[in-house]
Amino acid sequence: MTVPMPLIIGVTLAVLLGLATFLTWFERRLLGLWQDRYGPNRVGPGGILQAVADGVKILFKQDWIPPFADRGVFVLAPAIGMMTVLLSFGVVPVTAFWSIAGNLNVGLLFVLAMMGMGVYGVVLAGWASNSKYALLGGMRAAAQMISYEVFMGLSVLGVVMQAGSFSMRDIVLAQSGLWFIVPQVLGCMVFMLAGVAETHRLPFDLPEGENELGAGFHTEYSGMKFGMFFLAEYAGVVLISALLATLYLGGWQGPLLPPPLWFGLKTGALVCLFILLRAALPRPRYDQLMALGWKILLPLSLLNIAATGAILLLHAPG
Amino acid sequence: MFGILRTLWLTFLHMGHRRVTVGYPEHKPPLPPRYRGRIILSRDPDGMERCVACNLCAVACPVDCISLQKAEQDGRWYPDYFRINFSRCIFCGMCEEACPTYAIQLTPDFEMSEYLRPNLVYEKEDLLISGTGKYPDYSFFRVAGVKIPGKDKGEAEREAPPVDIHTLLP
Amino acid sequence: MATILIDGRACPARTDENLLQACLEAGADLPYFCWHPELGSVGACRQCAIKQFSGPDDKTGRIVMACMTQVTDGAILSIDDPQAREFRAGVVEWLMTNHPHDCPVCPEGGECHLQDMTVMTGHDSRRYRFAKRTHRNQDLGPFINHEMNRCIGCYRCVRFYRDYAGGEDLAAFAAHNDLYFGRHEDGALESAFSGNLVEICPTGVFTDKPFSAVYSRKWDMGGAPSVCAHCAVGCNTIVNARQGSVRRVINRYHEAVNRYFLCDRGRYGHGFTNAPTRPRAPILRQGGIPVPISMATALERFATMAKDGPIVGIGSTRASLESNFALRCLTGPDRFSTGLAQLEHDLTMQVPALLRATPARNPSLHDMESADAVLVLGEDVCVTAPRLSLALRQTLRRAAFPAADAAKVPHWMDAAVRMFGSDAPSPLMVLTPAATDLDPIAATAHRAAPDAIARLGFAVAHRLDGSAPDAPDLSETESRLADTIATALRTGRRPLIVAGLQYANAALIHAAANIATALHATGADAALSLVAPDCNSMGMALTGGIPLDAVRTMARTGHIGTLVVVENDLTRRLDTATLDELLAAVPHLVVIDHIATRLAERADLVLPAASFAESGGTLVSTEGRAQRFLPVITPTMPVQESWRWTQQFTRAATHADAPEWTNLDQIVATIAHDIPALSRIIDAAPDAGYRLDGRRLRSEPARISGRTAVRANISVHDRPLPQSPDTPLSPSMEGAYSPDTPGALVPFYHAPGWNSVQSLNRFQQEIGGPMRGGDAGARLLDDGIPAQAPEWHHDIPAPSTAAPDDLLLLPEPRLFGTEELSALSPPIAARVTPATLRLGTLPAGLQDGGMVSLTLAGERLTLPVRHDPALPPGIALCPPHLAARAFTAPVRVQLHRDDTP
Repeated sequence: MTVPMPLIIGVTLAVLLGLATFLTWFERRLLGLWQDRYGPNRVGPGGILQAVADGVKILFKQDWIPPFADRGVFVLAPAIGMMTVLLSFGVVPVTAFWSIAGNLNVGLLFVLAMMGMGVYGVVLAGWASNSKYALLGGMRAAAQMISYEVFMGLSVLGVVMQAGSFSMRDIVLAQSGLWFIVPQVLGCMVFMLAGVAETHRLPFDLPEGENELGAGFHTEYSGMKFGMFFLAEYAGVVLISALLATLYLGGWQGPLLPPPLWFGLKTGALVCLFILLRAALPRPRYDQLMALGWKILLPLSLLNIAATGAILLLHAPG
Repeated sequence: MFGILRTLWLTFLHMGHRRVTVGYPEHKPPLPPRYRGRIILSRDPDGMERCVACNLCAVACPVDCISLQKAEQDGRWYPDYFRINFSRCIFCGMCEEACPTYAIQLTPDFEMSEYLRPNLVYEKEDLLISGTGKYPDYSFFRVAGVKIPGKDKGEAEREAPPVDIHTLLP
Repeated sequence: MATILIDGRACPARTDENLLQACLEAGADLPYFCWHPELGSVGACRQCAIKQFSGPDDKTGRIVMACMTQVTDGAILSIDDPQAREFRAGVVEWLMTNHPHDCPVCPEGGECHLQDMTVMTGHDSRRYRFAKRTHRNQDLGPFINHEMNRCIGCYRCVRFYRDYAGGEDLAAFAAHNDLYFGRHEDGALESAFSGNLVEICPTGVFTDKPFSAVYSRKWDMGGAPSVCAHCAVGCNTIVNARQGSVRRVINRYHEAVNRYFLCDRGRYGHGFTNAPTRPRAPILRQGGIPVPISMATALERFATMAKDGPIVGIGSTRASLESNFALRCLTGPDRFSTGLAQLEHDLTMQVPALLRATPARNPSLHDMESADAVLVLGEDVCVTAPRLSLALRQTLRRAAFPAADAAKVPHWMDAAVRMFGSDAPSPLMVLTPAATDLDPIAATAHRAAPDAIARLGFAVAHRLDGSAPDAPDLSETESRLADTIATALRTGRRPLIVAGLQYANAALIHAAANIATALHATGADAALSLVAPDCNSMGMALTGGIPLDAVRTMARTGHIGTLVVVENDLTRRLDTATLDELLAAVPHLVVIDHIATRLAERADLVLPAASFAESGGTLVSTEGRAQRFLPVITPTMPVQESWRWTQQFTRAATHADAPEWTNLDQIVATIAHDIPALSRIIDAAPDAGYRLDGRRLRSEPARISGRTAVRANISVHDRPLPQSPDTPLSPSMEGAYSPDTPGALVPFYHAPGWNSVQSLNRFQQEIGGPMRGGDAGARLLDDGIPAQAPEWHHDIPAPSTAAPDDLLLLPEPRLFGTEELSALSPPIAARVTPATLRLGTLPAGLQDGGMVSLTLAGERLTLPVRHDPALPPGIALCPPHLAARAFTAPVRVQLHRDDTP
């Protein structure tokens, strides 16, 4: 059973961008729910059209580039940010047969590579803005994202070792018995924290750090260029959720319901978890963030690899 | 670690809590009488302007949004003009606190948005109400020892009749 | 110097002062009411109680009144002592028992000494539950409001009004709790210094009535240092303004000039700046119809006019040095007129030279107060220089000081010292044609015609120094009088001669110079003061120029294309016929002025000038002190300073050497460079570049209110206030402020805890001494006292041989009404009385108050007659300008026999 490629790309893109736009509203409603308030509830039924209103507003805002900015890089940065996230989705299997890149045998590596590229979007934005807050935000982002990329890569090694493949479909298929979250609980935790840091979502949103940096790396951005950062962030949330679902929660697999729905449910639940993190947790100090990474997550992920390796060796045939 | 999880859980439980937000335009919250909203100038129980143009509200105002000019008729001081620039007002209530005659009062009305800033400049005609506001009984000139029409020297509260300066008797 | 310990802090003090002064000079906050630096101590209010300890071992101490206790070296005091505090709190609470709870409607509120002192003592709530004593108020005239309920009975008002200023019509009535300060009946206060009651009164009993009509709290008004323009004394003032209008004028302390007091003309004469008739736009008169035009058009018109022949300028003795000088630059020195008629011109021109040539001192006002024998020679200083007469009044006390010293009574012990002086005051001799306000306290008051006074003066000089020429043919009475005066003057160690230009009589000032020279030769520290008529007469004398008569000659010969008149109403200088003739011969008349004058009605082009409140400039006072006034209001174009108009004229007329002044300091520098006699005017005040702590001085108090609302009815947008290039003061409350501000730049007086004018104590090096930041002004005439033998003046007038019918009509300037600018001020105008003709002997058949007619300055006048038996025969008096506009100098007149016109 094959699905035509253009359809897959089109549907994925449409769903993804729609989802990201939807999330801008959904997150605020959910935050409101958990914080005993309403959130945007005025535009359309339940406020659902708020996302449209915001979109219209942001599209029609003046496309302003500060005179002191590095114009080329300034324009390029949000595009990089958006592109890397979207490209990552290419290897995420919605079902066994629904994946843009098909069954790419280095799928996971590709995702990690794209994440590494994503750093440029943020760093270049901070650099090109040519203002102190943006630069500070960019610098923080560089350090934070490069650090957490290490733990992210290390944490998924356990999964790769167990599945014996970098292919996302193989990884999902390898979980048909037991979801990897059980044997890889450490790796899953590390991956999730690293994912939050990689998408610089709260509580790890230090590159934006409103109360000390204005708006961090995108201080100078407005209009749709800002909108692209904004959408990229939400798309990133969906991506990390989808990866978590794929790598640790068995992907599309599940009883009764059709596979795409299972995938959607798992991803959606994780997205809600991301939002809950934002609703509940305060932002750590920058040094605390780095200490968490290097002093806790790194040993933990190394321990995870060693343990997984040891167990695999012990159970290895012959 | 446990603390973080507990926080997450407690926050999650808030899903079932009642929302504290009041849906304002449909549901108007009851405001206390001492709420600090739109500023008015009141009148004394006799229906005369309470404001005596002493300028204390103006000097107390931290954003300097009150301006007035004193005028006088038969011993009564009153403001020739009294202007509040509400586009600057921060509704701190210092003017009310400074007012020695209870003339300037803040009211529970806060719905005073305008599309044009000049419309937020209120003159005396816009500020002066016909009632006494929060203090129904106070009249400055009944207490102060100045002479005004209808109240001669020595007729204020706790005042003795004017002295006859031509006598040396104790 | 002594050292005293105030609450354990060692402070320097002087042994000739009292403890209150010492504490205030040490920066301590010690409340007081009845003491005043100029009035001394009487110990009436009991407010300045402090603890004094007899030695380091004395732990009990005793409460003393600081103002009544002399400083002794090593005195140990405590202001903070609980008992002293309780005592002071009790006094204030007791003073406040009858206070009427009306601060919100009291014009004193916010600058009230009583408020300050009540806060200082900590009294905040009323415990007294009984009825308050009340009083009825009086109508005290157009200057002063009366609200007796506020009185705390400190007696400052009567001590100033009666003891210091010699007024008779304000007194204390009733007794104990009912004490009342007022007149015996309603009516305007007669003293020329009644306005000072506003500043003297520690609370709101006496308040400023004209100010109350345009009232603003002290914290809401911008201020700028200014110089009074209503006589030649040059009193320092502070002008207060808000929203572009002048609100009031108050005293600015100058140690050597006006010190703590102003006269009413100076305090209330500023009303002309707000006159609705003021020209506010250039006016072109085409075919008799005035048309307002733009600045550019006005300058174009002037350029066209300038092509029609030479420009001649007429300056003014009431305009600043800068305005006159700029005009002189436009026309050249040969075509610049002083704006004075020949007689007045000649006299004015020789005053500086006379003062320089006479070896006697040219005293400041404060210096005059220490004279111990005074001769006033033919000048009614009470009206021509009122503040000077107040200084002369203080000289009477000099005789008391040696007696007080002998009895070891300190000079600040006011009541006791006055007791010593009451028997034998220092001699004050007044020789004038008519009675003056100084007569009641004068040892000798003699009435004579100006020439006769001059003769007497020469005779006195001869009696003091035989080499001086004697006046021949003196009558026996005159001879005896001359002897008396000479003897009296000889007793003084610091004798003072005062004369002036009131009667435009050269012999008078020469006689005064002779006496001063003779006194100096006897070894006395003699002083000579000559009173000039206008605020910048002396400046004009030093600038120089041609008299009006020379301008008339030029006009007659067709040598004038355009006549530019700056701030001078020639209708007050030239009689109608002369003026008509002059104007007929002048093709174009341009008038620059800040008031609507009759001359302006006839001008082809009228340009609106800035008044003293809107411009900066320099005036030279009668003692030769150049003093700077600074703008308190930024003028709205096209109103601008006269010198800016004339500078633009110079450019419009395309002179090759058009001056490039962009601010006041540049024109001041040019004047100082071009006119050597005025070289020191640069030092009159710090220039616009002056910075305190790196910032401009603020002109408004920090707590000014309504900044975002005051203009909101016009525009809600904020705008930066325009900064005048002529002043170091910022236009707002932003800037530095300190008690160390130079005296020439003080915009208002305020010190923490001291909101009233009493905060002045903090600005002085010592109480009653120079300002901490230096006193204002620069004296210009102190150079060139000749060492050689005295030069005597010989122009002794001959004895009068006038026909019995012939009357010498003398100008009789009045305190209110004859000075041009102040007469336009509504409160002053309310005090002007109609002109009368004062006669010593009434013609037969004429009653006092009857009408008589005469021809004066080309006009036939009918005036009511007032009989004044004190006048010498052959003398009549008429106020200048009031009856006949151009009447200024003595003139021989005959009364018309018949009253039919």
